[in-house]
Amino acid sequence: MSEMSKIVRSISNLLLPFILIYGFYIILHGHLTPGGGFQGGAVVASGLVMVLVAYGSERFASWVKEKHLSVLESIGALGFISLAFLGLSTAFFYNFLAGKGGLFGDIPPEGSNPGALNTAGTLPLMNLAVGLKVIAGLASIVLVMGLASHYFKQGGENDT
Amino acid sequence: MSIDWLLIHSPALIIAVPLFAAFAMPLIKKLGNKTRNGVALATVLLIEILVIMLAKDVFASGARSYVFGAEPGLTLPSGYIVPIRILFHVDGMSAFMAIISATIALVAVIYSLKFMEKETALDRYYLLLLLMMVGMFGMEFTADLFNMFVFLEVLSIASCGLVAYRIHLADAPEGALKFMVISSIGALMVLLATGFLYGQYDALNIAQLAKELQFNFIDKIALVLLLGAFAMKCGSFPMHQWVPDTYSVAPAPISILLVVSTQVSLYALFRVVFTLYGISSNVVVVGWYLIVLGLSTLFIGVTMAIPQKDIKRLISYLGVSQIGYMLIAVGVGFSLFANPVEFEIYGFRAIEGGIFQLINDSMYMGLLFLVSGALYYRIGTRNLDSMGGLARPMKVTSICFLIGSLAIAGIPPFNGFASKFMIYETVYRFNPIISIVAMLVSVLTLAAMVRAFSAAFMGPSLPEFKEVREVPKSMILGMVILASMVVFFGLFPSLIVDNLVEPAVRALISRPSYIISLLGG
Repeated sequence: MSEMSKIVRSISNLLLPFILIYGFYIILHGHLTPGGGFQGGAVVASGLVMVLVAYGSERFASWVKEKHLSVLESIGALGFISLAFLGLSTAFFYNFLAGKGGLFGDIPPEGSNPGALNTAGTLPLMNLAVGLKVIAGLASIVLVMGLASHYFKQGGENDT
Repeated sequence: MSIDWLLIHSPALIIAVPLFAAFAMPLIKKLGNKTRNGVALATVLLIEILVIMLAKDVFASGARSYVFGAEPGLTLPSGYIVPIRILFHVDGMSAFMAIISATIALVAVIYSLKFMEKETALDRYYLLLLLMMVGMFGMEFTADLFNMFVFLEVLSIASCGLVAYRIHLADAPEGALKFMVISSIGALMVLLATGFLYGQYDALNIAQLAKELQFNFIDKIALVLLLGAFAMKCGSFPMHQWVPDTYSVAPAPISILLVVSTQVSLYALFRVVFTLYGISSNVVVVGWYLIVLGLSTLFIGVTMAIPQKDIKRLISYLGVSQIGYMLIAVGVGFSLFANPVEFEIYGFRAIEGGIFQLINDSMYMGLLFLVSGALYYRIGTRNLDSMGGLARPMKVTSICFLIGSLAIAGIPPFNGFASKFMIYETVYRFNPIISIVAMLVSVLTLAAMVRAFSAAFMGPSLPEFKEVREVPKSMILGMVILASMVVFFGLFPSLIVDNLVEPAVRALISRPSYIISLLGG
């Protein structure tokens, strides 16, 4: 994929921070509002894809390497399953942080309230891990597809 | 980390450990190829040990449940039982299936070490292989209809990636595409059926659904969808065309795992028929449906196998026809379900034959696929016409192939004979014609295997195969494990039937005890 016009690039520069913030908001509030790791991760990844389309896949690939994304993806998945393992003293996936005070350990207030962020134990952490995995995974898929389309346009052989 | 602790958590660990190892693969790859292979091998070994421990315990002291993310048990402090938990329920049948999956996965990894050595991106290969294991164990253990769909998808996606793994072969993407289409249609049918049942009974727990099932019109639609989907996924007629296309292009160790994954679909089919619907459905109609499916699968599979020139396609078509035996045997058993007297006399025995055939089928089909992989590894072709005289340079491989082909044809003293004989004698009492067709198919199977054996191994040694040597030791080890199990199961069938098959069948047919052990009296 080649670079697009300066107008597209400037607009995508302007929009990127908002998309990223919105995506991270959805990831972090996964236990309070609709959405969560997957949905927020998809929003963040779509922001990255916007940059990729605006600047072209070669330039994007010089900033973000596919192998680094793959490592990030593994870390996200490992983080998720490690959190599940940590609850193993009671049961796999046991929420060992909820209601214990400390990190995400508050007990949620009763009645109508705007939502307490510091609750729900391991759930927000798992959302973060899933978010990381989805961001890295989707971004690397689109990056590889972009690089491959460029490669085929140049008349490369299709058996590599 | 006492043994008790391990046993309590083993249903979760059997899923969790391969999942963890799979996700860690892209990082482990940076430590070198030896470490990567070592981790994959250690994982499957550990899982095999855990599965055997769990199965021993389940056979001795009854089913085990595991509640995810909460204290064990479904009962609240107030005494109310909530059937809304993420549950694993391991009964005899699940444990039996888990033994098959774990053993075949172990053999597949041992065989892959050398067989796949020349391919690239092997971290992804082992990642997908371990995910495939997760999907299989998940489908075997889960007590939740929706989670069964989730694990079915995990299994399908991982297998699809592995089928297309050798993308440089021209027909690999085609096989993978066919597999993907069939799997997604099947999975969507399962999802739709789950939705129908959930909409009516507000439950996904298999035991809860079984307890409340009324077998009204919507339940019948759900049953048809579930039966159709799982029959499609286990490669029975008329949706058997994907099987040869997929098996023949996949690497040999993946072909044997695909055989097990069709058996896992068969397990899901039996679970739906026996545990979810059971006696509340029209057992005669469902039983005959399975018998007719089985008969046509049996016959079409073997007649398609005879003219094949590609050795892996030939074995795949025979694999299709072998699924027919299990469908017939279990169908006969199920159609007698409402008739306790006849069920005791030969219905139970028929189901036993079918389930025994299941484990035997995984062993000899695995052996045959590994041998065809070994041939491909040394001579680089699957075409029977261009092979010949390979028994001289590849002695162990040819003996393994001989054992496998005699076992699949049901010749004593190999394991295929033991289970097929149980099927013949029980099905004969039910309806002699079915039994005669089954025997005829056995003869045709023998014909196909004799042709394949003589084409590949007999005859004068060809000049182009002067340099051919025996395959590496780890591949031999994989084949010898399966071959010795084929012989052992054939020599001591009553040992296996009494200790493995009977507890599994008892668990499969006792629907009330499944409900009680999950939900209480």
